[in-house]
Amino acid sequence: MPKLKIEDLARMREEARRATLLREGAGRVKIIVHLGTCGIAAGGRNIMAAVLREIEQRNLHDVLVSTTGCAGLCSREPMMTVEVLGEAPVKYVDLTEGKVREIIAEHIVGGKIADRYALAVGSERAL
Amino acid sequence: MPYRVHCMVCAGTGCVSNRSLEVRDALEKEIRKRGLQDEVQVVTTGCNGFCAVGPLMVVQPDGIFYQQLSTKDIPLLVEEHFIKGRAVKKLMYTPPEAPAPIPKMSDIPFFMHQRLIALRNRGLIDPEKIEDYIARDGYQALVKALSQMTPEQIIEEITRAGLRGRGGAGFPTGVKWRKVRQAPGEPKYIICNGDEGDPGAFMDRSIFESDPHSVIEGMLIGARAIGARYGVVYIRNEYPLALERIQIAIQQAREYGLLGENILDSGLDFDISVTRGAGAFVCGEETALIASVEGRLGDPRARPPYPAEYGLWGKPTCINNVETWANVAPIIMHGWQWYSEIGTERSKGTKVFSLVGKVRNTGLVEVPMGITLRQLIYDIGGGIPGDKKFKAVQTGGPSGGCIPAGMMDQPIEYVAPDGKREARDYLDLPIDYESLTDVGSMMGSGGLVVMDEDTCMVDVSRYFLAFTQDESCGACTPCREGTKLMLDILNRIVDGHGTMDDLRALEEIAWVVKQTSLCGLGKTAPNPVLTTLKYFRDEYLAHIEAHKCPAHVCRELNTYRIDPVICVERGHGCGVCRRECPEKAILGEKNQPHRIDPTLCKKCGVCVDVCHFNAVIVE
Repeated sequence: MPKLKIEDLARMREEARRATLLREGAGRVKIIVHLGTCGIAAGGRNIMAAVLREIEQRNLHDVLVSTTGCAGLCSREPMMTVEVLGEAPVKYVDLTEGKVREIIAEHIVGGKIADRYALAVGSERAL
Repeated sequence: MPYRVHCMVCAGTGCVSNRSLEVRDALEKEIRKRGLQDEVQVVTTGCNGFCAVGPLMVVQPDGIFYQQLSTKDIPLLVEEHFIKGRAVKKLMYTPPEAPAPIPKMSDIPFFMHQRLIALRNRGLIDPEKIEDYIARDGYQALVKALSQMTPEQIIEEITRAGLRGRGGAGFPTGVKWRKVRQAPGEPKYIICNGDEGDPGAFMDRSIFESDPHSVIEGMLIGARAIGARYGVVYIRNEYPLALERIQIAIQQAREYGLLGENILDSGLDFDISVTRGAGAFVCGEETALIASVEGRLGDPRARPPYPAEYGLWGKPTCINNVETWANVAPIIMHGWQWYSEIGTERSKGTKVFSLVGKVRNTGLVEVPMGITLRQLIYDIGGGIPGDKKFKAVQTGGPSGGCIPAGMMDQPIEYVAPDGKREARDYLDLPIDYESLTDVGSMMGSGGLVVMDEDTCMVDVSRYFLAFTQDESCGACTPCREGTKLMLDILNRIVDGHGTMDDLRALEEIAWVVKQTSLCGLGKTAPNPVLTTLKYFRDEYLAHIEAHKCPAHVCRELNTYRIDPVICVERGHGCGVCRRECPEKAILGEKNQPHRIDPTLCKKCGVCVDVCHFNAVIVE
């Protein structure tokens, strides 16, 4: 193991940062993939894998991926919800791996909602 | 592919004893079986703090808190949470009065009121990976101290922050560092005191186990500030896991060149060795500890000279507690202003407490100085289990004292930081070094034992005195003979043979031992006796005059009888007590009331424990 310099320490910190960011539950964006029975049957797990691959390829450090159950609109699965910090959540439906790549590029990196794939902005009222 | 889920499995000593490592292995196996090994990472962490509900695990990034896990819960958990995305309610924590489980760790009252500085990385990193520590800004404070600050500036920062020794005495850390820096003599030494000996205290152990690098970084900054070349971590041999983790951490730091020569090209040379204590309580006292490091018998010596001038191998030595060292890096990182805004006028920052005894949420908590006992025991601790009444809280271990709940409605005078005097309940007393000393106890290293109505205060003081008497090194007469005499008297009292003369002698000897002993062990050993005599004198009198133990703890003073009505109507004379009694002192036939023959009864209390119908009455 070579002896560390101050720059090495800073680089190591950046590299390891993504892991601990996730543990703190802090991120700019949260992508929630719907994995109810319907979501899984419609190929939701491939969608999740695509999301994770895309995050890695683009080297995004501030995106968390989470899962949830059925959103109640089983006919439009696979679905995912994108929550950008401080903005209303957006639900995307009828996903494919290609659409996932486009959504990440436009919405998460570009900051503009990919409305052609979006079902709606916002969520139902709970309680 | 990056992981999307991190399972932070607690592997503190408490959870490991509850088989958390088996739970972890089962989890890893199930994750592989389901093909999720590239998505879900299992991380073994140090103590999470909520020891009462272990084995436990936090699932990130959603912060879902799972508790009391067993290996058979794992298949369901993996299927529901990681495959279907549904957190499992039945494995979550539900507070006693709450209508539903609380999914998120951050919403659980036990965690909500805490503020983590010394324990900033607990549960968030794998303590055996230096990379995890570095990711959480680890060693960045060292970089700042080496590249942007002079040693004087570091000492000034620590002094102005108001950091005080967390081992119990509360000596200002910056002042100590300056003394060592200015003392003539080379080389200078730094010691980390990890000889945590108070019964029921596990703050230091937890820091070593959950974040050992925080101690190393603090010591490195201290080394730079005072000009030390060598450091020693003194750790109890009874802490095998803590010992292993600090050794791994030191080895990693050496490999990365964070210990050794010319650290980070700054010209700083510093290395740390580990000394294992052999389990003598007195070695927590600094001069005894130094003797022990030197390979001599762990006997204390008179001070002055203080270790700052004449310490390890006769050289200037800076000795601080584990928790103190863990506080150093955040102060350097965020500045003294940030730190000094937390806490009270004279006690800054946070304090780690091990909250144990008759309290629902036992565990390890870190709270801002100035929090009240009520908040600590009720808001964080969840109050007293069962319908029992809160009686007292013991702080400072065998050197501390008991603060009574009986004073709850009897306000005491509290002097606010602005000098204003006001009446406060004991329970609403803000905890800091001074306020605890004012009521006859002390901060100590942070042990906090909650006691309810079933605790006998005479027995408690006898317990602590038996401990200090056993641990007294014998070097000075007041402590060696005095603690023995006091223990003899207390044993007589709990056995029902005490007299009023005994009580007077007890008090007198206690004061002599307190005032004339050589070291801190003897000077503080009478504190449990003196505070219980002050606040619970009636219990002593009940033992001596009425030959009764009000809490029914001292068995020699109890009498046992069986309520014939309950025995027959509820228990139908089941005979369990008759079969279990080792003295064959219980007589009776099936369906008939049983009774105890007082001439045969040895008062062992087995009948109370085995009776399902609470028919055995203790008086």
